[in-house]
Amino acid sequence: MAQKDVPPRWDRKMQQRLARGEAAALGELYDRFASLVHSLAHRVLGDERAADGVTREVFAHVWEHPDSYDPKEGPLRSWVAGVTHRLAVQRLRATETAALTGGESGSAEELESLESKVRRASVAARADYIVHSMPAPLRAALELAYFQRRDYRQTATDLGVTEDEARRRLRLGLQLLSTAHDVGASPGYGGAV
Amino acid sequence: MNGPGGFEAHDGDDSRDRDDAFEGAQGTGPADGAGSGPPGAGGPGPDRSPRIPLPRASVEDSGLPLPDLADLGDLAPVPLDLSHDVLKSLLGAWALAACSAAETAAVEEHLGSCGSCADEALRLREAVGLLHQPESLDLDPALRTRVLESCLDRRPPRIPVPEWAAPYDAESARLDALLQDFGDAEWHAPVRLRWFEGDAATSRRTTVAGVIAHLLSVDGLVAVALGLEDPLAEIFEKSEKGEKGETGKQGAAGPAGRTEAFWRASHFPPTRSVRGPWREQSHNIVRTASFTGSTAGGLAVPYGDFELPLHNAMLDRAFECWVHAEDIAEAVDYPYEPPAPRHLNKMIDLAARMLPVALAERRRAGLSAPGQAPHLVPAGAPGRSLRLEIEGAASADTLSGSDDSRAFRGVITNPGTRVLAVTPYGDHASAWERARDSSAPLETPYAPLCTKARWACWEVMWMMRP
Repeated sequence: MAQKDVPPRWDRKMQQRLARGEAAALGELYDRFASLVHSLAHRVLGDERAADGVTREVFAHVWEHPDSYDPKEGPLRSWVAGVTHRLAVQRLRATETAALTGGESGSAEELESLESKVRRASVAARADYIVHSMPAPLRAALELAYFQRRDYRQTATDLGVTEDEARRRLRLGLQLLSTAHDVGASPGYGGAV
Repeated sequence: MNGPGGFEAHDGDDSRDRDDAFEGAQGTGPADGAGSGPPGAGGPGPDRSPRIPLPRASVEDSGLPLPDLADLGDLAPVPLDLSHDVLKSLLGAWALAACSAAETAAVEEHLGSCGSCADEALRLREAVGLLHQPESLDLDPALRTRVLESCLDRRPPRIPVPEWAAPYDAESARLDALLQDFGDAEWHAPVRLRWFEGDAATSRRTTVAGVIAHLLSVDGLVAVALGLEDPLAEIFEKSEKGEKGETGKQGAAGPAGRTEAFWRASHFPPTRSVRGPWREQSHNIVRTASFTGSTAGGLAVPYGDFELPLHNAMLDRAFECWVHAEDIAEAVDYPYEPPAPRHLNKMIDLAARMLPVALAERRRAGLSAPGQAPHLVPAGAPGRSLRLEIEGAASADTLSGSDDSRAFRGVITNPGTRVLAVTPYGDHASAWERARDSSAPLETPYAPLCTKARWACWEVMWMMRP
């Protein structure tokens, strides 16, 4: 599942620059990934301030431990997404558990609801990961059809492909995305929970 | 992840490497099981349903042209007679509500009788629910500073971004965040750039993309001084091969000339494609400036008719970035906040430091009557200087100059910041001089708008220019 948009060379150089302690590199890293990190965290936690907090933790983690990223294992983007997911779920568990123990010792139902929250968050995080790492032509087709509400014929025109190809890309893209629901389909990046 | 619904389409029509398949499918027609005929599987016979899609509910909102009513044919969707393969290939488009009403009806009728398609349809519909706007639309711009600061506190950088480069770093990041969600309509929105030539306000119409092209061109002055590639190199090269003229490097040494050269050349009108090069250049400038560190003080950035030391040029570029970001925000009706107070403070400080030079330049150019009053001189030198005071969030110290008891006071404000400066809004250099020549303090209170602070700086910056 190769990341097509960013050459791995950028990832390696970024890691070296971070390791060297280049503050400008940290700024560039933020500019590239902040909205990914923030939206992922927000999706897990459903709260703006909590997402801000996770964003801070994620970049601090990457800045303090640039060496824990191994470019051979995949794109930096996926790794950052993984770290985000891990830290966001950690925070979700911590706050929810605190809320539970605040009252009676958590009932089975409350625990169940926490677990289902965590599961939903994991599915959402996998879905984001899949969307970000699927081949660019598939993502482009989905973006046109879903976000810009183009029908598949317009999508075909926009992309300069046949209508058959547009239908194929939409279907294949959704097939990929649907694997986010599969248990154990967690992508093999650093932060998988 | 290669389980059911993995990376290969179920049809097994895609055994080649996926990317090759995408390339191959373009233009040459699909090689997949859906067949190469038109979607009406019965072939292009006379009974084929109209291929113009029926309008979807959203089309009115999208600004797209509506289909001609005459072409719609029968509005009641008549289920089409489509083959199983075609119906299956439509499942993705169906799940996304991206096929025609007739096709939708045909797919839905089919789902009642075909178990495997019904299973897949359900799965794909669920997958659509997982799609969401991938990036936060409006990330708080102040978050960047907070996050970076907390990182740098935990692990101090070995190569920090110099203090004089920080405003440019922050302003370019803020502008880039503003551009993030722009569609074509925004990129081509008209923008009026305003500046001063001599004593007259003048303006020029361009687009949002044209403004970014302007920033790319003029930031290029700093880039070149730092040894980076000139974004205009290609344009200059072309014009030197062709007719030598004003577009040549000589005619385009300053900010205006470079901008005009860029606007005239190649991509006209500029499109959203300028964003990438502009952002890459601004990142490279910050990065390279960091490596020059403290030795950069002596480095001069040529602006055509004058030079600025690198650290002043970086403040000037930060200021321009903010000003034009506001032009853009105004053009597309987005809110835009003023810079962080300590960055604003540095920009105003630059304007103040340039004031004596600017006034002297005007005098030399015959734009102001000499001899009526002592010349302004830099703070500390014998002669007359102005005292600028800043109160509020942007205040750090009193700027550049101390003088006589008659500190002239105009009030220029932005939210949380009160700048006590000396020029009324909209009437630039002559007002500075009136203020200077007047024996009475000039008290000009203004509404708390950050544009006022902006214009004060703007005017001083432009007085520097020919």
